[in-house]
Amino acid sequence: MKLTLKIWRQPSQNVKGKFETYSLDNVSEHMSFLEMLDVLNEKLSFEQKVPIAFEHDCREGICGTCSLVINGQPHGPLQGTTTCQLHMRNFKDGETIVIEPYRASAFPVLKDLSVDRGALDRIIQAGGFISVSTGQAQDANAIPIEKDVASHAFDAATCIGCGACVAACPNSSAMLFTSAKVAHLALLPQGKVEAQKRVLNMVRQMDLENFGNCSNITACEAECPKGISVSNIALMNREFLSASFSSNDAN
Amino acid sequence: MHMDNLNLNGNVPSGDLADKWTTYRSTLPLVAPNNKLKIEIIVVGTGLAGASAAATLGELGYLVKCYTFHDSPRRAHSIAAQGGINAAKNYRNDGDSVFRLFYDTIKGGDYRSREANVYRLAEVSTSIIDQAVAQGVPFAREYGGLLDNRSFGGVQVSRTFYARGQTGQQLLLGAYQSLSRQIALGNVKMFTRHEMIELVLKDGKARGIIARNLLTGELEKHGAHAVVLATGGYGNVFYLSTNAMNCNVTAAMRAVAKGAFMANPCFTQIHPTCIPQMGEYQSKLTLMSESLRNDGRVWVPAKKEDAKAIRDGVKTALDIPEADRDYFLERRYPAFGNLVPRDVASRAAKTACDEGNGIVPTGLGVFLDFSAAIERYGKSKANILGLSNPAHAKVIELGEKVIEEKYGNLFEMYEKISGENPYKFPMKIYPAVHYTMGGLWVDYNLMTNVPGLFSIGESNFSDHGANRLGASALMQGLADGYFVLPYTIGTFLSEDISTPKLDVHAPEFTAAADLAKQRIDKLFAIKGKQSAESFHRRLGKIIWEYCGMSRTAEGLTSARQQVRALRDEFYADLYLPGVANDLNPELEKALRVADFIDLGEIMVVDALDRNESCGGHFREEYQTPDGEALRRDDEYAYVSAWEFKGADQDPILHKEMLHFDNVELKTRSYK
Ligand SMILES: Cc1cc2nc3c(=O)[nH]c(=O)nc-3n(C[C@H](O)[C@H](O)[C@H](O)COP(=O)(O)OP(=O)(O)OC[C@H]3O[C@@H](n4cnc5c(N)ncnc54)[C@H](O)[C@@H]3O)c2cc1C
Ligand code: SF4
Ligand code: FES
Repeated sequence: MKLTLKIWRQPSQNVKGKFETYSLDNVSEHMSFLEMLDVLNEKLSFEQKVPIAFEHDCREGICGTCSLVINGQPHGPLQGTTTCQLHMRNFKDGETIVIEPYRASAFPVLKDLSVDRGALDRIIQAGGFISVSTGQAQDANAIPIEKDVASHAFDAATCIGCGACVAACPNSSAMLFTSAKVAHLALLPQGKVEAQKRVLNMVRQMDLENFGNCSNITACEAECPKGISVSNIALMNREFLSASFSSNDAN
Repeated sequence: MHMDNLNLNGNVPSGDLADKWTTYRSTLPLVAPNNKLKIEIIVVGTGLAGASAAATLGELGYLVKCYTFHDSPRRAHSIAAQGGINAAKNYRNDGDSVFRLFYDTIKGGDYRSREANVYRLAEVSTSIIDQAVAQGVPFAREYGGLLDNRSFGGVQVSRTFYARGQTGQQLLLGAYQSLSRQIALGNVKMFTRHEMIELVLKDGKARGIIARNLLTGELEKHGAHAVVLATGGYGNVFYLSTNAMNCNVTAAMRAVAKGAFMANPCFTQIHPTCIPQMGEYQSKLTLMSESLRNDGRVWVPAKKEDAKAIRDGVKTALDIPEADRDYFLERRYPAFGNLVPRDVASRAAKTACDEGNGIVPTGLGVFLDFSAAIERYGKSKANILGLSNPAHAKVIELGEKVIEEKYGNLFEMYEKISGENPYKFPMKIYPAVHYTMGGLWVDYNLMTNVPGLFSIGESNFSDHGANRLGASALMQGLADGYFVLPYTIGTFLSEDISTPKLDVHAPEFTAAADLAKQRIDKLFAIKGKQSAESFHRRLGKIIWEYCGMSRTAEGLTSARQQVRALRDEFYADLYLPGVANDLNPELEKALRVADFIDLGEIMVVDALDRNESCGGHFREEYQTPDGEALRRDDEYAYVSAWEFKGADQDPILHKEMLHFDNVELKTRSYK
C-alpha cells in the first residue's frame, strides 16, 4: 500500500505545533498501525531527521499507553480496538491518514503525539482503592461473591486508563474513566465500606483537574477500546447523590 | 561480600525447611517505627514486584521514593500477564499443599534453584490471594460464589487463580491502587517518566541512583539508605519477544557494572504458544496464554506432503483426517500430554518443524486445536440442558459458548492479529521468548552481593531455576514485594538507623552523574548511519539463533564473536537524532541497546560454560538417545554468578553450590 500521512508535529509543550505531510510506500496490510509508524521513523532516521514521538508499550491492547487520534477518532476506526491492535488492512491503498494527539486541556501535549495523562493517576490517588494494608486480609473464600456480581465488577475493572473517553468527549469529561473505578469497587462487598467517601473524593479530584462535565453524549462509550459501559456513569451519579446527601466525610 | 574465594553463600538460615521462614521472620532484626520515619528507600519499578513493595514499605512507615520510566505506574509490563497466579490453597481438595507447590517448582526448574527460597515462595503464596481479594481483585468465581481454579503446565493439581485472560492486569491494578493510596498519604513519592541510568555506591553500599528525567533530559541525583530494583526481565535481548516494547535490562546492567553479579543469564524461557512471526517489520510477538493448553491439542500433519500442502495454502487443517494427525505431545508424553512444562513443549514443537512438518509459510508453526474440547463441552452442556440427541451443530454452538466464556478475549486477540477465526480453524502457534529466569544474584534476603542493593520480581534469579512453571511469576513478584522484602530489608537497614539522610551533593553522586553524561555524550558523538533499532534487531537474531531453543559450543563461540563485532559497529556507526536535553525516545533506545549488547555477551558465555542440558538451556551435545535433556548434577548443580569486568574482558564466574536436602534429584520425566 501507499499512504499519505498528515501528522501533528510539536517540538514541546510550550511551542506551537503544526501538521507535516509524509508519504510512505510499501506498507503491508499485515502491519499494525504502530509498526507502520516504526517504518516511517526508521525512514526519517535514515534521512537524518527527527523521528515522531508517540507512546506505546505492550502492543497488545492492555497497558493503555498508546493513544492517537486517527482520522478524527481516538484509537482509530475499529471499534473495541486500541491503536496498537489496529492493522493496516483496515485502510485503503492511496488513502490519506490524519494523525493527531489527544486534545483536552487536562492532557497537555508534551511532544508530537505524546500527551500527559497524569490527571488520571491523581483521580485514582484521590480514592480509587480499598484501604487494606498488606497482611490485614482474611481468607479469600471468607467472602463469597455471586458470580454475576463479580463478573459485572470485572467488566468495569477492565478499563486500561488510556484516556480515549476524554479525547472522544466534546466536553473532555473523564466520567467514563472515573465511573469505571467507582463501579468496580462499589459493586464488591469489600469496596462498599468506603464507597461514599470514595466517590466524593474522586469526583472532586476530577473537577480539580479541569475535565469537563458530562452531558450524556456517550461518545466515550463508542470510542472506548474496552467497551466500558455508560451505565457505570449512571451508577456513579447515584452513588454520588446518595453520598452527598448522607455524609460530608470526604477528605 | 558473602564470598569465600569464588564460592557464594546464599545466607540461608538454618533449621527445618518447613519452619525456616517463620522462625527467621520472627527473629529478624526490626527497625523501630520512629526510626523508619528517618529511613529512605528507593524502589525502581512499579510492576507487580515494585508496586507491591513500595506500597507495603510505605504502609510500614519508611520514606519511599518510587521510579518508573512509564508515564504511570499502572503501565508496567506485568499488566500484560494473561493466564493466572498459583497458590497452594487446596480449595479443590485435590491434594495440593505447600510442599507439593514447592516440589513442583523445584522439579519444574530442573533442580537449579535454591530449596529454601522456593519453599518460602510456596508458603506465602496463599496470603497473596487473600490480599488481592481484599483489594478488590475480581478473580473468577464459581456459581456458589467461591473462587475458581484452573490447571497450568507441569503440574497435576488445579491451583491457578485467574481473572479471565487478564490476571496480570487485575493484580497489577490492585497493587497500583494500594500504591496510589500511599502516594496520596505522602508515604511514597512517585517519579514517573524517570529512568534509572546509574547506580550510586558510597563506601561500598548502594545509596542512590541517577535518574534521567525523560521529559527534560536532566540527570537527577536521588539518594536513599537502600535501593530496590524491581525492573523486570531481559527477554527483549532477543528483540522479538512477548515482552512489552520498552522492557529493558539497563537498571540491572548498571548495577552489574558497579559490581553486582548476574546469575544464570542463559536460563531464558521460550513459551510454546505464541502467534508465529509473519514479517521482517514485526516489532513484537504475542503470547496465547498457556491456559489454552488445558483445552487445546497440539498437532502437526503426520505426513510431510500434507504439511507442505498446508504451507502452500492448498489444504487447510480441516482437510487432514484424524488418522493423519500427529498429536506429538500426547504421543511423546502420555502422562502429561499437552500439559508438559514449557521448555519440553517448545522443544517438541521445534523438533516437529525441523523435521519438516511445520504448517505456516516460514515452516515454523504448529496447530493448537480446540475442536475436541468444543465438542466435549457442547455435549456436556446439552446434557445439563436436558437436550436428548442434540444436532451436531447445536453441540458445536453450545461448546463454542463455553470456550468463549473461558478464553473469549484470547480468541478475539488471536483473530485481530491473524485475521483467522480460531473457533473454526485451529490456532497456529510457535514458541517465542517470554521470560527470563536469570537475573541479578540475590541471597535469601533478596539482597545482591552489593550491600544495600536488593532485587525482586523477574529482575532477580531467585526461584525458578532453569525453567519457570506457568502462573508462578506473578506469584513470585507479589511474594517478594508484599511478604518477603519488607521484612528482609530490615536485616540491612537495622544497622543503618543512625545513618543520616544521604547528601546528593557528595562526590559519589557527582561522579555517577558524570559517568552517565559521558555515556550519553559518547553516543551522540558517533554520528554514524544506523539506528539503534537496527542494531537491536541484529543482536536479537544472533541471540535467538545461537542462544535460543537449542545451543552448541560451536554456535555459542561464534555468537560471542558476532556480538563483539556488533558492539564495535554500534560504537562506530550509530545514528542518534535529537538532543540530550529533551524528550528523546531514540536516546532512550540507544542507551538500552548498549546494555543489551553487553548482557548478550554474558549470556552466551554462561551458556558456553554450562556443559549440560537443563530446563530452558538445551545443549545439543548433552541429550539422551531419545532427545531429552541430559542434566549433569555432579558437575553443574550450581548457580553461575558472573562478575563483569568491562566489555573488553572475560567475566569472572562465581558459583553458589546448590544443596538438596528435601528432594531427591531425579531426571525430570513427564512421560
Ligand atoms: C505476555 C505475558 C504474559 C504473562 N502471563 C503470565 C501469567 O499468566 N502468569 C504468570 O505468573 N506470569 C506471567 N508472565 C510473566 C510475568 O508477567 C512477569 O514475569 C512479571 O509480571 C514481572 O513483574 P515485575 O514486577 O518483576 O516486572 P515488570 O512488570 O516488568 O515491571 C518492571 C518495572 O520496572 C520499571 N523499570 C525498568 N527499568 C527501569 C529503569 N531503568 N528506570 C526506571 N524504571 C524502570 C518499569 O517501568 C516497570 O515499572 C507473563 C509475561 C508476559 C510477557
Ligand atoms: S473508560 Fe475506556 S476509553 Fe476511558 S480510559 Fe478506560 S478504557 Fe480508556
Ligand atoms: S501499547 Fe499497550 S494498549 Fe496499546
